[in-house]
Amino acid sequence: MITFDNIHKSFGANNVLCGVDLIVDRGQSMVIIGGSGTGKSVLIKTVLGLVTPDNGKIFVNKQDMIHAKRDNFLSKFGMLFQGGALFDSMPVWQNVAFRLQRGHLKLPKTKAREIAIEKLRRVGLAPDVADRLPAELSGGMQKRVSLARAIAADPEIIFFDEPTTGLDPIMARVINDLIRKIVVEMGATAITITHDMASVATIADKVAMLHDGVIKWCGTLDDMAHSGNSHVDQFIHGRAEGPIKTLR
Amino acid sequence: MILSLIESIIALGRLVFGAFSALGRVVIFIITTLSHIFRPPFYPREFASAVMNVGYLSLPVVGITSIFTGAALALQIYSGGSRFNAPEVVPQIVAIGMVRELGPVLVGLMIAARVTSSITAELATMKVTEQIDALITLSTVPLKYLVLPRVLAGFLVGPILVGVADSVGILGGFLVATQTLGFNSATYILDTINFLTSADIISSLAKGAAFGFIATLMGCYYGLNSGRGAQGVGTATKSSVQAAAVLILAANFLLTAVFFTA
Ligand SMILES: Nc1ncnc2c1ncn2[C@@H]1O[C@H](COP(=O)(O)OP(=O)(O)O)[C@@H](O)[C@H]1O
Ligand SMILES: [Mg+2]
Repeated sequence: MITFDNIHKSFGANNVLCGVDLIVDRGQSMVIIGGSGTGKSVLIKTVLGLVTPDNGKIFVNKQDMIHAKRDNFLSKFGMLFQGGALFDSMPVWQNVAFRLQRGHLKLPKTKAREIAIEKLRRVGLAPDVADRLPAELSGGMQKRVSLARAIAADPEIIFFDEPTTGLDPIMARVINDLIRKIVVEMGATAITITHDMASVATIADKVAMLHDGVIKWCGTLDDMAHSGNSHVDQFIHGRAEGPIKTLR
Repeated sequence: MILSLIESIIALGRLVFGAFSALGRVVIFIITTLSHIFRPPFYPREFASAVMNVGYLSLPVVGITSIFTGAALALQIYSGGSRFNAPEVVPQIVAIGMVRELGPVLVGLMIAARVTSSITAELATMKVTEQIDALITLSTVPLKYLVLPRVLAGFLVGPILVGVADSVGILGGFLVATQTLGFNSATYILDTINFLTSADIISSLAKGAAFGFIATLMGCYYGLNSGRGAQGVGTATKSSVQAAAVLILAANFLLTAVFFTA
């Protein structure tokens, strides 16, 4: 279970998060929606200690994440970064098998490579991609490699930051189905950030909408269609008119 | 009038305070990095590639700059020495000049240009593209995985590069002296060897270690603290080379004072 309790974060005069409260249950797939620049990426980075909140508390399975050591948590964790964040100095398979080649999870090289190729296959990439460098791949392929890396060590908690942005609709479908499958099969707890309503429909158990630094609405996927919340309605129907300003 | 005086005092205070807090951050950075030396996991492959990068690939530029410097030094000392009828001091002064001063300083400045800049650009780009964040989520400590191997390589390879620079510089002086200034080769070599003391050589190599450490440390520090975007990378790279060069020259003065004013 992941609990955000009254999270505040400002960068200088830019108040990005102004009291975010959110609970994600174990084994649940939470999708966070919201306009670009509303602080979705910042919010999930607070859990990892990549961004330190100015105020508020974060718990993962009752453990305080702001002061505690994160080693334990990180060993069960995987993340797909918005920009892919692949290590451009190493070939694709070593990116995917990064965790399996060092530290506690270290495996023999051939075994690590085998697993990497298997994970690449799951995200729709052929084995011949394994030996290429990230810079030689298209943006969409990089994203999928990054996804393969995130799931390589079978994590219990996974964050996906805009998994389908930049993919064609068919590949987006493949990835959405894959994420759903990972959550169901592995029983992982997942937080996905997306603008893609098809992703929301496929992936979400629950949906939360971040706007103006707070969670404006949170509920199940079924409730979303008749939420009665003007922010949510405007967002899911992609209207220019409504409470969400188009000038930000 | 008084107001502007107060303002400038405040500005000065801020400058001093800023300098001290920057120093504090660098010190914490060093201590945290070094605390990883004996704690597993170790990353031998990262270390090997850092040694390659800092050391082996720096050899050509270090060799070329020092041979020219040694050669020019021989010419200068010959003409300068002639002014008080002592042109025969060329071997001794070339040796002491290269070993005590120019060898280490040339190496320091060359690796500041070559190594500091490339480390900063690489790490800053990794930071800007979230690769550093990704490392952390993959249970890898950037200070251990990225910084320690580079700093260690700088510290260990620095003396070797200085040894090369000293020897090649002396060789440059030797070539000019024997080929154009009419020195006898055997006497030149003997003069050089008899003149240099072990303190000269030890101080030279110690400077190499210090400068290698400073150059790689500044590269890593500015890289990991880079601002956002392409501009952030550019600013970080510029600042790191500047800081490395200034610190190396300052350290050179301090170390010289420590070694040779007793
Ligand atoms: N490290 C940082 N330094 C300064 N500002 C930041 C930083 N990270 C994010 N921001 C700002 O926080 C806001 C939210 O960013 P982000 O979380 O990336 O938005 P999104 O919801 O699109 O993921 C933006 O205005 C961004 O400029
Ligand atoms: Mg984002």
